[in-house]
Amino acid sequence: MALLSFERKYRIRGGTLIGGDLFDFWVGPFYVGFFGVTTAFFAFVGTALILYGAAIGPTWNIWQINIAPPDLKYGLGFAPLKEGGLWQIITICALGAFGSWALREVEICRKLGIGYHVPFAFSFAIFAYFTLEVIRPVLLGAWAHGFPYGIFSHLDWVSNVGYQYLHFHYNPAHMLGVSFFFGTTFALSLHGALILSATNPAPGETVRGPEHEDTFFRDTIGYSIGTLGIHRLGLFLALAAVFWSAVCIVISGPFWTKGWPEWWNWWLKLPIWA
Amino acid sequence: MKLAVPVIGAIAVLFTGWMMAKAGWTIPPVETKQVGYRGTGAFVIHDKDQEKKTMAANVAPAPPYEPDPNGPRAKEAHPGLQVLGDLSEDQLNRLMASIAEWVAPEEGCTYCHNAENMADYSKYQIQVARRMLQMTRTINADWKQHVGQTGVTCYTCHRGNPAPKQVWFKEIGPTPTDTGWVGWRNGQNVVAKNADGSSLPYDALSEYLLGDRPIRVHTLTALPSGNKAGIMDTEHTYALMTHMSQSLNVGCVFCHSSRAFNAWDESPPQRVTAFYGIRMARALNKDYMEPLTKTFPANRLGVTGDVAKVGCATCHQGVNKPLYGANMLKDYLAELGGKTQ
Repeated sequence: MALLSFERKYRIRGGTLIGGDLFDFWVGPFYVGFFGVTTAFFAFVGTALILYGAAIGPTWNIWQINIAPPDLKYGLGFAPLKEGGLWQIITICALGAFGSWALREVEICRKLGIGYHVPFAFSFAIFAYFTLEVIRPVLLGAWAHGFPYGIFSHLDWVSNVGYQYLHFHYNPAHMLGVSFFFGTTFALSLHGALILSATNPAPGETVRGPEHEDTFFRDTIGYSIGTLGIHRLGLFLALAAVFWSAVCIVISGPFWTKGWPEWWNWWLKLPIWA
Repeated sequence: MKLAVPVIGAIAVLFTGWMMAKAGWTIPPVETKQVGYRGTGAFVIHDKDQEKKTMAANVAPAPPYEPDPNGPRAKEAHPGLQVLGDLSEDQLNRLMASIAEWVAPEEGCTYCHNAENMADYSKYQIQVARRMLQMTRTINADWKQHVGQTGVTCYTCHRGNPAPKQVWFKEIGPTPTDTGWVGWRNGQNVVAKNADGSSLPYDALSEYLLGDRPIRVHTLTALPSGNKAGIMDTEHTYALMTHMSQSLNVGCVFCHSSRAFNAWDESPPQRVTAFYGIRMARALNKDYMEPLTKTFPANRLGVTGDVAKVGCATCHQGVNKPLYGANMLKDYLAELGGKTQ
C-alpha cells in the first residue's frame, strides 16, 4: 500500500504514552506501538483460551460453543479453570485487549495532533462491557452474574436476565437506551440521505454544498443543526445509547430486585393525583 | 420563553428527586440464589431487608397441643357434623381452637358460631367454613401434584384474617367497555394490579383461573404453521404469568427457559408444579368459591357481585413455597389431610 503524501509528515517518533521509542514503528499500514503489542498479546491469549474452552466443551458448533462464568458459590473468588476459571481469564484478556486498543488509538491521536474523540467513543463500548462483566457482578457479589461467551448462550443469558424482572420494557433506563439507539440510527439515516442527495444532483447540475443542505432542513423542520453539529449530535446520541444501556442492566439486580412494571408505582403515587 | 427552561428544569429535578426517594430502590448487597446452570442468568434475586420482612411475616403458628385421637367419635355428641364427625372429641376441640386462631383471632368462636347454640348453622360464616373445610381436604387429598406432602391448612390463606387478603375479583377497568369504540380499551392499557402494575390485560385471571382459555400460545415451528393465537392471547398469557411471578416473588426463569417458554424439556421442574397450581386454582374457584356466591353478603363480593376467588397469591403471599415450606398439615392430618367420604 503506497503512502499518501502527508503520511510521511506524521509517521515520526514521539507522542507515545509509555515505553518511549520502544515499538514506535509501523508494520505496513499499521502503527504498532506498545499498546499494539499488548493488544495482540491479550487478543491472542484470550482467543487461544476460547479455543481451549471449546476443545474441552461438548461441541465445535460455532453457534453453540459456550464458555460460562463460575457458579454462584465461588463468589468473587477464583474458580477452577474448567468451572468458570477460563471465563475469568478470558474476561481479563478481553479487558486488556480492549483497553490496549483504546490507548493505541490515543497514541495515534497524539501523533496526528487531533482530538481524542475516537478513543473516547470507543471507551463507552468498553465501559458497557466492563459494566456487564465486572461492575454488576461485583455489586451482586459473584462473577456468576457475568454473561457467558458464546453466540447463542449470551443471547439466552440476555433473555433470561431480562425476564428475571418480568417485563424489561418497563425499565426506565432501558427505555432511554432504546430511544437513543433509535435516535442515533434516525439521525444517521437523515444525515446520510442528505449528503447523498447533495452530492448526487440531476444530470448536468453541479454538486450542492452545505447551504443547500442547511436550507433543506430549515424548510422541512425550521432548523438545521449544521455540518459540524450533526456529527456532534450523532456522537452524543450513539454514546448516550450505550451509556443508558449500561445503566439499564447495572440497576437490574443491584438496585432493583422486583418486576420492572411495579417500579412505576412512584409515578402512580405522586401526590399530584394520588 | 425565558422562564421556560428553568421552570421545566425545576419540574424535572423535582420529579427525579421524588423518583429516586420513593421508587423503592434496593441498595446492594442483595440476596441471590442460583436456580440453573451457570451462565444462563438463572437466579432468584431478593432485596435483603424486604426478604427479612417477608420471612417475619410468613411464620407458621405451632399447634396448641397434641390431641388424643381415641374416645368416642365427635358425631355421636354432635349429630349435625357433616365434615368433622369422624374426629375424636379432643381432635375436634383442638381444630376449632386452631381455626379460631387462624381465621378469626379477634372475634373467636362466635365469628362462625351462634354463642347460644353452637350447633346452629344459620350464620353464613359457618356455612362457608364447612365448605372451606371440604376444600382444604380436597386440596390435600387430590392436589398433591401441587401441594405435595406439605399440604395446606386454613392458615395458609387466612393468616389471621376472616377473609384472606390476597384474593381476586373480576376487574372491569375504569370505564364500562360497552361505549362503542371511543374509549374502548380492549381490557388493557390501565394499571393491572394483578399483573405487577403493568398495562397488560387487567382481567386475565378470570380467563384462566375461572375460565379455561388456552395458556400455551407459543408457535412451535420457525415458520408459520397455522397457529391461530394472536397478540392479545399472548398478552393475556403474559398477564397470568406476571400474576404468578408476582405472587411467588420470582422471575420468569424460575419456571421457564426464556429462549423457548414452551419447551418442557428445557424448563425447571417448578413449571410442572405451577402447571398443576393453575388447574388447582381453577378447580377451587369453580367447585368451591363460585357456588358460594349467594351464601356471602354483598359486602364480601366484588364490584360485579362476584365471589372472592383463589389466585396464586392467596396462598403464596410473595413466597415461592407458602410459609417457606413449613409443614403445618403434619399436625392436622386426621382433621384436614383426608377427604370426607
